[in-house]
Order: sequence, then C-alpha cells, then structure tokens
Amino acid sequence: MPEKIDYDAKIPNNVNLSEDRRLQRALEGWQPKFMHWWGEMGPTLETQGVYLRTAVSVGREGWAHFDHVNVPDYRWGIFLAERDPDRRIAFGEHQGEPVWQQVPGEYRADLQRLIVIQGDTEPASVEQQKLLGLTAPSLYDLRNLFQVNVEEGRHLWAMVYLLHAYFGREGRDEAEGLLLRNSGSPDAPRILGAFNEETADWLAFYMFTYFTDRDGKYQLGTLKESSFDPLSRTCEFMLKEEAHHMMVGTTGVDRVVTRSAELIREHDTLDIGPHGGIPLDLIQKYINFHYTVSLDLFGSETSTNAANYYTAGLKGRWQETRRKDDHKLTDDARRLEKPAGDGTWTSEELQAILLLNLDLRSEYVADCQTGVKRWNKILADAGIDFAFRLPHPGFNREVGINSGHHVTPGGTIVDEATWEAGKRKWLPTTEDLTFVRSLMHPVYERGKIASWVAPPRQGINGKPFDYEYVHLT
Amino acid sequence: MTTTTPVTFDRRPDEYRHWRLRLDGEVAWLELDVDEQGGLVPGYELKLNSYDLGVDIELYDATQRLRFEHPEVRVVVVTSAKDKVFCAGANIRMLAASEHHWKVNFCKFTNETRNGMEDATAHSGQTYVAAVNGTCAGGGYEIALACEKILLIDDNSSTVALPEVPLLGVLPGTGGLTRVVDKRRVRKDLADVFATRPDGVKGKTAVDWRLVDELVPRQGFREAVEQRAREIARESDRTGEGGIELTPLEHRYVDIEVAKDQVTITVKGPENDPGDLHEEGANGWFLAMTRELDDAILRLRTNEVEAGTWILKTVGDPEKVLAHERAVLGAKDWLGNEITHYFKRTLKRLDVTSRTLIALIEPGSCFAGSLLELALAADRQYLLDGPPIDDEDSDERATIRLSEANFGPFPMGNGLTRLQTRFYGDEDHLAWLARERDHVLSAAEAVELGLVTDAPDDLDWEDEIRIALEGRASLSPDALTGMEANHRFVGPETIETKIFGRLAAWQNWIFTRPNASGPEGALRRYGTGQKAVFDRKRV
Repeated sequence: MPEKIDYDAKIPNNVNLSEDRRLQRALEGWQPKFMHWWGEMGPTLETQGVYLRTAVSVGREGWAHFDHVNVPDYRWGIFLAERDPDRRIAFGEHQGEPVWQQVPGEYRADLQRLIVIQGDTEPASVEQQKLLGLTAPSLYDLRNLFQVNVEEGRHLWAMVYLLHAYFGREGRDEAEGLLLRNSGSPDAPRILGAFNEETADWLAFYMFTYFTDRDGKYQLGTLKESSFDPLSRTCEFMLKEEAHHMMVGTTGVDRVVTRSAELIREHDTLDIGPHGGIPLDLIQKYINFHYTVSLDLFGSETSTNAANYYTAGLKGRWQETRRKDDHKLTDDARRLEKPAGDGTWTSEELQAILLLNLDLRSEYVADCQTGVKRWNKILADAGIDFAFRLPHPGFNREVGINSGHHVTPGGTIVDEATWEAGKRKWLPTTEDLTFVRSLMHPVYERGKIASWVAPPRQGINGKPFDYEYVHLT
Repeated sequence: MTTTTPVTFDRRPDEYRHWRLRLDGEVAWLELDVDEQGGLVPGYELKLNSYDLGVDIELYDATQRLRFEHPEVRVVVVTSAKDKVFCAGANIRMLAASEHHWKVNFCKFTNETRNGMEDATAHSGQTYVAAVNGTCAGGGYEIALACEKILLIDDNSSTVALPEVPLLGVLPGTGGLTRVVDKRRVRKDLADVFATRPDGVKGKTAVDWRLVDELVPRQGFREAVEQRAREIARESDRTGEGGIELTPLEHRYVDIEVAKDQVTITVKGPENDPGDLHEEGANGWFLAMTRELDDAILRLRTNEVEAGTWILKTVGDPEKVLAHERAVLGAKDWLGNEITHYFKRTLKRLDVTSRTLIALIEPGSCFAGSLLELALAADRQYLLDGPPIDDEDSDERATIRLSEANFGPFPMGNGLTRLQTRFYGDEDHLAWLARERDHVLSAAEAVELGLVTDAPDDLDWEDEIRIALEGRASLSPDALTGMEANHRFVGPETIETKIFGRLAAWQNWIFTRPNASGPEGALRRYGTGQKAVFDRKRV
C-alpha cells in the first residue's frame, strides 16, 4: 500500500485504486453524482480560486500542500492513514485477535449502518453552510469556510469509499442515498437532527465548527478504534483534517469575544449591539444552543446498540488503548444521573457497557470546557466581569433521559411555565437571530474585516491576514 | 413474568393509553403512541412504540369497536403518532423477562388480533392500510403485514425489517414469515435475505421485493395517505349506519367456575324470542353471549394457566337459540354480518386454545346449531343418555340439533366447517348429516351420526366423566397441547393454520431453547451489550 497519494489518477488515492478495476468503476460512477450534488448543494458563492490545503501524503510530516484552487476542481480523493501490520483488536470479545481487513459477515449490517450515519453528517454541514460565503466577514474566513467545506466533501468520499469497497451493491446504493438526503429537506432530511438545523450566520458557523464538528471528532475517534481496519485508518486520517475545523471554531469564537471585549471597553457598556458588536449574553445563548444540540448527537445515555458495537469490536471508546481496564466492561458499573418525576435528580447504577455514549459525551464535555476557559480568559484579561458557562447537560435536550424534562442551564428541573418564561433568556430568540444576521455584511476586501469580529492572530500557512486568500470574480 | 392482579380485557377508547382512535367519516385513523411507562406489568419501558399485551388489548378493542360502532368506516389507517418510528414490535425486555406461557399466550393473542384485522378487510369491507411513517421493525412490520396495503414513507432512511432471527435468535412470531411469502408473495430467497438482515430494507427495494406496496413522499405524507385511503374507501362495499355501542360487559350469559385444574364454562341460552337486532344492540343475546364468551376465553387463557381442562356446558331452550341464530344469519345487513363473523372468530379462539376441551351435553342444555359448534370445537363430547342426575323422575332428555350454522357460516382456520373437519374426506357422511339438519337428535341418533364421543346413561355418567377428567389431568400438559392441536386441524393448510400451527410450534420450541432463552441466549443477552452464545449443533 503506497503511502504517497497517486494524484495522476482520476480519483486521487493511496489505496491502489488502479489495481481494482471494479472498485474504480464504481467510484468513477459515483463521482459525477457527487459533482452534481456539489453544484446543487455546495457553496453558493463563486470564486476564481481559493487558497486551499490539499492532502498529498498521509504520513506524519508534510502531508499537506497549499495553493489557490478553483473549488469545484479540488481533488477529492481517498486517503487512508498508514497501515500498522501488527495492529490487534483492542476491546470487546475479539480482543487480541488481528484486526479485520474485510467486513465479517456477522457484523456487515451494523458496520454499514455506522458508516452510513457517519457519512450522512459529512455532506450535511456543507449543505447547512451553503449560503455563508455570501456574508463572509473577511477573505481569511471565506477561505476557511471553503477549506472546511471541501474537507467535509472529502470525508464523504472517505465513507463512500468504504461503502463501495466493502459493502457491494447495497453499499453503492447507500452511497447514492448520502447524496439524496439533504439537510433540512422536508422530503428526505439528514438522519441526525442537528444536521437539519440551519447555520444561518457566521457566529453559528463558529459555534458549529467548535461544538458540532467536535462531536464529529469524538465519533471519528471511536471509529478509529474499530477492529475493521480500513474504517480505522480512514477515520485516523479524517481526524487530521478535522483538527483544522476545530481551529476555525475555537479561534472564530475567540475573535468574536475579543471584538466584543474591545467594543465593551471602548464604549464602556455591555450593550454593544448598537455599536456593531455581539453582546456577551447573546454569545452565551449561542453556546447554549449549539452545545446542547451537539450533545444530542451522542445519542441516548444508555444504549444497547453502543454496547453491542463495543462487544463486537466495531466502535471503541475515545483513546481505547490508553484506558486501563479490561476493555470488555461487562463487570464494571457506573452511575447515571437522571431527572426524576418530582423535579429532583436521582442516580442509578448501571453496567458501564450500557453507558458508552455517556462515557464519550463526558470526554467531549471536558474538551468543550477548554474553549470556554479560553474565552473567559480573554474577558478576564480585558477586565470584564462576565464569564461564559456550559449549560447543564440536561438543558434543552431532545434525546436521551433528559428529553421531555425542562432543565435550566444551571441544572434545576422546572415546570413548563418556568421553562417557557426562561427560554428567551437562555436560547437565541428570533430577534436575536435577526440582529446577528443584520451584522452579516460581506467584507471581501484584502486585509479588511467586519465590525463584529477581530482579525486572526495569524494567517494560514504563514501568510499574513491581508493575503488574498480568495480570488473573487 | 407474573402478574399479581388478573389481566382484564375491558378497554374504552377514551381511556386508551397507547392508541388514539380518530374518526373522519369513512376513514378512521388508528395512531400508535405508546406510553413508555404504561407497561401492563412493571419491569420494562415500552420504548420506540414497542408493545406488550396491554397495548395489544387496546388494539383489539379498537378493531372490535370499529366493526360494531362504526359501520360508516370503510378504511382504517394504522400509523404512528411518533416522529420517525412506526413501531419497534414486541418489547424485548418484556419478552426476555416473561415466563414461557406468557410469551406464548401473548403471541397467540397478537396473532388473533392481526387475523381479526384481515378478517375485517375480507368480510366487512373495512380495509386496513398501514401508513408506515418511520422505522418499522419486527412486530411493527407484522402489524403492517396484517393490513391490506402498506404505504412506506419515502425519506431515504425509513426501513421495514424482521430482525428477530439475527438480533434475538427467535422468529417473527406474529405471522411475519408466513405473510411475507404467502400473502405478499415475496420470493422465498428474497424473504430469506430480508429476515436475516437486522437493518431491514428501505424505499424502492422494499417495493421491488413486494415488502410494501407504495412509497409516499415525506412532505405531505398525511395528506397523501388520506387521499389514498379515500380512494380505497370508494372501492369498499361496506354500507351501514347507526353503529351500536359496545357497552361495558355484564356477565349474564356466560358463567365461569374455576377449580384448581379445571374450569367449567356454562353458556346460557336466550330467555326471550329475538327482537330487532339493531334496537337490542349489545343487549341482544347472540352478541352479548359472544362478547362474554370471547372475554371468558381471553381471561382464562391469560390468568388461569394451570386449569388445563375446560368443561363446556350450555343451559336453555334450543328453540330460542335457533330463533336468535336465524335472526342473525338471516339479517343480511352489516350488523348481522358483524355478529356472524365475531362468533366465528370467537369459535376460532376456542379452536386454538391450548386446553383440553370437553363438552358435557346434559338434559336442559341447548347444544343446537351455533351452540353445537362449541361442542364440535371440543376434543370430546359426552351426552347424558337418561334423566337429569339430580331428578331421575324427569322426562327431560339431552338432545342436540344441527342447523345451517353447522354447514358454513363459522369456518375454522383451515377453511373447513367443524363438521367437515370431524368427518374429513367422508362426503357421504356429510351428506347424511345435511339430511339430518333441523331434526331433534336423541342420544342414540347422536351416537349413530358420530356427533358425540360417548353417551353414558345416568347410572354410569358421574363415574365415566370423573374418570375421563381425572385421566386427562394426569397426562403431560405439553403432550396434550401438541396432540390436541394436531387433531383439531385436519386437511389443508391456510395462512392461519400455518401461523398458529407451524410458525407457533417452531417459535415455542425456539423460546425454550438455550440459544434463545438460556442465560447466555440471545433473548436474555439482548440489551446487555454482550453477544449470545449459541450451541452450534443443528437439531
């Protein structure tokens, strides 16, 4: 298996595609459908070239190449991380056996389902972000949007490759289905709820790339542990690309907070809306919304499916190999906090293996907390007495044990009336969204930036902020 | 699973916990909205619109009311009130925690309810249409299969599935396997693929394989289903108005006496001559008796599992029974039709009841026509040839009578009458019986015609019956169940007999096997995240 990517092929790849005529034909059949989808559902804004990162190798060093690329000509392809020939199954009932290079018949349906669900999220975010290019706050941000978009497209390719290569005709049908469902479509929506929400403004985009893409990071992290080696290697490489999306989210929110802090000091008021900034309590509302919608992506706290996937070795825990336990979890227990009917919290002891979604979510929550700390440090450094907080995991949930309960951001269980009264304080209202949208004017001049966000501390690949990241028509 | 309080089958639409019945002229909507916390027995949550016996009892109640209370309804749309999920089928934790007999009885009842839906479509012009608006698995798909048409939401992700074999190590036990190949004529190799994949089949493939009839776009799903329902309603021949209310049951005509291992069911004949069927409504003898008998069978099967022998008796005037029977069979309108088919279904329940059934025909009884069917459904019939035991001076003698009711309107699941089943292939004998129709038949004649097992005289009666019953009670209940079920259904197989015989037998066997029900079996391991351990030997 060459580590180097074959860029001469119609579909760039490092999986020896030219030697597998059947697979090549299948993927070449899918390619125009993908291009058609990109044309219909991809970014609305037309450009003459975007300074994009393209993977040229999957090794540890120097894997990316930067250049201006006409977006539809981006070379989407199939890149798997290097193979470890000695890799063994790290958990579940097959622990210690060599990893699988083929799909075991017994787990065919489950693996296919996992890949389809992961695959379904990738093009979804492109669809959600379709219109954002029209209101980019700077060329730097516009470039990042396109980078995120093409890589989500690439991640779709990664899942489609697995479906085509290992799941036969049904896999090909499912690969086509990934393009037939569309975010928010009334007829054929995306499978998971969060991917049918609108990403209507750039603050939402930063929040999405911080919170929702971070869910993606953790999901990919668990699939990277999979005993099905091609899936593991695919996800490993996707994680490399995903890191950039996190960076866009983290620094994006940083920059909004930085700018808001500047405006607060400049005008000596928290009410910076009239001065073209986004008030801190509004940012908090966005955090509340995007964080909780993303928590829903982890699924129900107790999950038989997740347990079955774990036992079968299909999907592990975050950093499974670093965990110090038996990697079977049949004898371990863990407590689950849950809302009781009388408005109090109770807890129940359950088998750890049934709480894997909760385990993953806890890792995620801790990670999200680091961002909040960063943003609070910006405020503290500016001498502003305000702190962002992640809401309680029971707040605003549609999935799992908290759905059907009304929980405040502080974690108090309240009745319907209290919830309705508080909702406007906790979640973005229509007026809030309209206000944020009113700030969204495109700034396409080199070196210029919109009023509501600070410029980045550094540019891309050592280029300055005023570099012409995007050539516009 | 054991219950401390006996299960009842009385339900009212305004008290349903799991279904919503909405009427809109000739179309009725039955929407499944299972209350997760509303399980019949503690210990499980009914997630994802999964069901237990309690959910199904409500469904049965709804189907009955639609037939009797709503003659204007021509199409019943079965759908889910929950988003993205139609029905996940029988609740697995309930099954896993249940004792064997509970599982089997539950399966039997769900089967009878599904058959009842098909019966409504076939004989009452009340067509069931499944509007599958989300994931539909196992028993959920079996509900859809019991409908005449299956419409599947076309959202590129909703599937129909029968995942029992791959996920649980058991069978889709409510007719799924049978209906897929027999009713929907899915090719057997495709049926094999379908029933072994846990994730099911969606969209166009589901249509191509005949697993569903049509795809309906997600947007405007309800409107499209409604439009389809109206079209189907136009093709129905159901006519009628002035439905009759199924009032709460009074136990007037069916008496139950439970001893430890034996139950005596006494059906009382009508006191008066028949009046107007519609005016009498649920108070009319035939319907009231049928409802009480139906309820008695269901409650006894569920609550009295160790009472292995049921003694069937009747008391009353045979002439009045026949007069009421003629009023029903001769009514030639929707209500007469409904009562006829309801009595037919109730007799079918008796046919598939796993209890020894013994009919005791004594002086003062009224085993005539439709009530003689009770005796013919029994495994043995004893007729007392002499005066009543407690009044040896009386002239009263036990007799039986054949009527038109014994020659067609109440077929068994095998499509034959109980007489055709009893004298299978003996056309001459059946012709002879036809000539004896409407005659009062004495003990000697009943013996000669082969309509009773034995006719002991009054000196022998008590000992004969005691010995027969005691002998019966000493035999293995399992062997008896198997033997009786074999004897009761001769002749051709139908979808119904396959479901109750072949499919149920396999399921019962599988349910007791360690691969399903052992500590490491698939049913017990389900939901633990651990995989089942199978004994790989094929048996």
